[in-house]
Amino acid sequence: MSLTDRRAGPPDRGPGAGRSATRTADRGQAQGRAAISLTQVSKVYGSGRSALLALDKVSFTVAPGEFVCLIGASGCGKSTLLSLVAGLDTATSGEVSTGGQRVSLMFQEPALFPWLSAARNVELALRARGVPKTERRQRTAELLHTVNLDGFGDKRPHELSGGMRQRVAMARALGQDADVLLMDEPFGALDAMTRDLLHDELERICAERTLTVLFVTHNVREAARLGDRVIVLSSRPGRVIEEYQVPRVGPRRIDSVEVAEMAARITDRLREEMGRHGH
Amino acid sequence: MATDLQRSISGLDSLELNAAQSDRGPGKIARAAWAALWPKLLAIALVLIIWELVHLTGWKENVIKGPATVLSDLWQQLHHALLWRAIGTTLRRAVIGYSLALVIGSVIGVLVARIPPLRAAVGSIITGLQTMPSIAWFPFAIILFGETTLAILFVMILGAAPSIANGLITGVDYTPPLLLRAGRTMGLRGFTLYRYLVLPASVPAYVAGMKQGWAFAWRSLMAGELLVLIFGQSSIGQLLSQDQDTFDFAGATSVIIVILIIGIAVDMLFSKLDLAVRRRRGLLDPSLSG
Repeated sequence: MSLTDRRAGPPDRGPGAGRSATRTADRGQAQGRAAISLTQVSKVYGSGRSALLALDKVSFTVAPGEFVCLIGASGCGKSTLLSLVAGLDTATSGEVSTGGQRVSLMFQEPALFPWLSAARNVELALRARGVPKTERRQRTAELLHTVNLDGFGDKRPHELSGGMRQRVAMARALGQDADVLLMDEPFGALDAMTRDLLHDELERICAERTLTVLFVTHNVREAARLGDRVIVLSSRPGRVIEEYQVPRVGPRRIDSVEVAEMAARITDRLREEMGRHGH
Repeated sequence: MATDLQRSISGLDSLELNAAQSDRGPGKIARAAWAALWPKLLAIALVLIIWELVHLTGWKENVIKGPATVLSDLWQQLHHALLWRAIGTTLRRAVIGYSLALVIGSVIGVLVARIPPLRAAVGSIITGLQTMPSIAWFPFAIILFGETTLAILFVMILGAAPSIANGLITGVDYTPPLLLRAGRTMGLRGFTLYRYLVLPASVPAYVAGMKQGWAFAWRSLMAGELLVLIFGQSSIGQLLSQDQDTFDFAGATSVIIVILIIGIAVDMLFSKLDLAVRRRRGLLDPSLSG
């Protein structure tokens, strides 16, 4: 039984819900209801003279099933933005909506609980949702299989490599049965070879189920490699300054020409933005 | 396609894991045990040598007996029921007093860590109690409970519970914020957040608090047994007190050795527990975990 069968969501989840393995490039904002929508969102930290404007009237939407990468230099408020969407923090003004969908969040660090085995870590996500005990075992095994970690369930996080830990974290995030997956530089701490493999892995997993992904990175190639769309944010305060649709023609690789060209365009735009902050 | 990807990924996994594994044979374990043992043996030998030298100089020769005399006295006492009965009484008190301290300290720790106003009110009192020498409580305890076992247990709890509570509070305070974020996104809230995240995360600090609590409990117990003499109940402290009355150097020294051995043995148990917890969590340098 595939895991997506279980999700008997309401029928009004939008036309993008039934995404097939081949993603199309033109799945954009125009379609039906958005999975994530931000309207004029601002976030101010502190108050008075020490107040810091982290996000300034950010607006964008992500369609159901879409994979959107957020990119920007340091201080663009990427992580703040994800916290707002995840509901861990509230916006100072503006509106953030995920339409009541389940949201899960992955960090740059795997953030696994070190006292639990890999399988137990995944199982805890199921337990937190109230999945009955008899079902948890089997679901855990399925999730570990999904991230290619059959047979590693008994290992503790410190016995696994960085890439494996991040995959356990991915299995845990999938175990939350989320419709929306927020990823905060999830592969930033990994070596390039592992990262490339995990890109393929993430793409395969997203194709298997209906996941809306908002993926924050500061790696331009990674954004061009993974995203259906790339949103570029300015720094201090964070504002949307550019959006790129990434044309999807067959499987992509991080070293393919299309990705390189797209990455070059985005890099130029980012440099221009950074120049604004120079002296 | 998918199988190619799977194969590359599991290949990479096994490459990374094999590099991290270390070989451990029986010879290595024996060598590690010897490496841990010889410094202790050397220390004991040094103490015995210095003791014998002091004895040979003839300083206070009417009082001080050499190691040979004391050790044979200890050997004889070990063949008498009296010493064993005394050890039994003392250990029973240790277990009861420490268990009570553990329960009380843990409950206070959880409550203080969870309820901010309680922390503001009680937090500094707990630290204050920790600095209070336990022997200073005895007059108070004897006025309250008379010369009874209860008085001793009371002081043991006052000595040990604050350390245990403090350990737990520290553990709760130092729960990594990242794990808290991860827990919250998983939907852990309130009690479940405590049950599955905060309490397990605080175990290493809690164990450290338990270990420190034991040291305080054991000291309070020894002080109590010397001060609170209960008729008809021979305890280690009481034996020591009797030896003092009869100026029995060999007897007193034997009892002190017994006290040291018990204290060190229990402390080693706590160290083992501490190591086990840290090893499970990968908080240990692999070179030290042998």
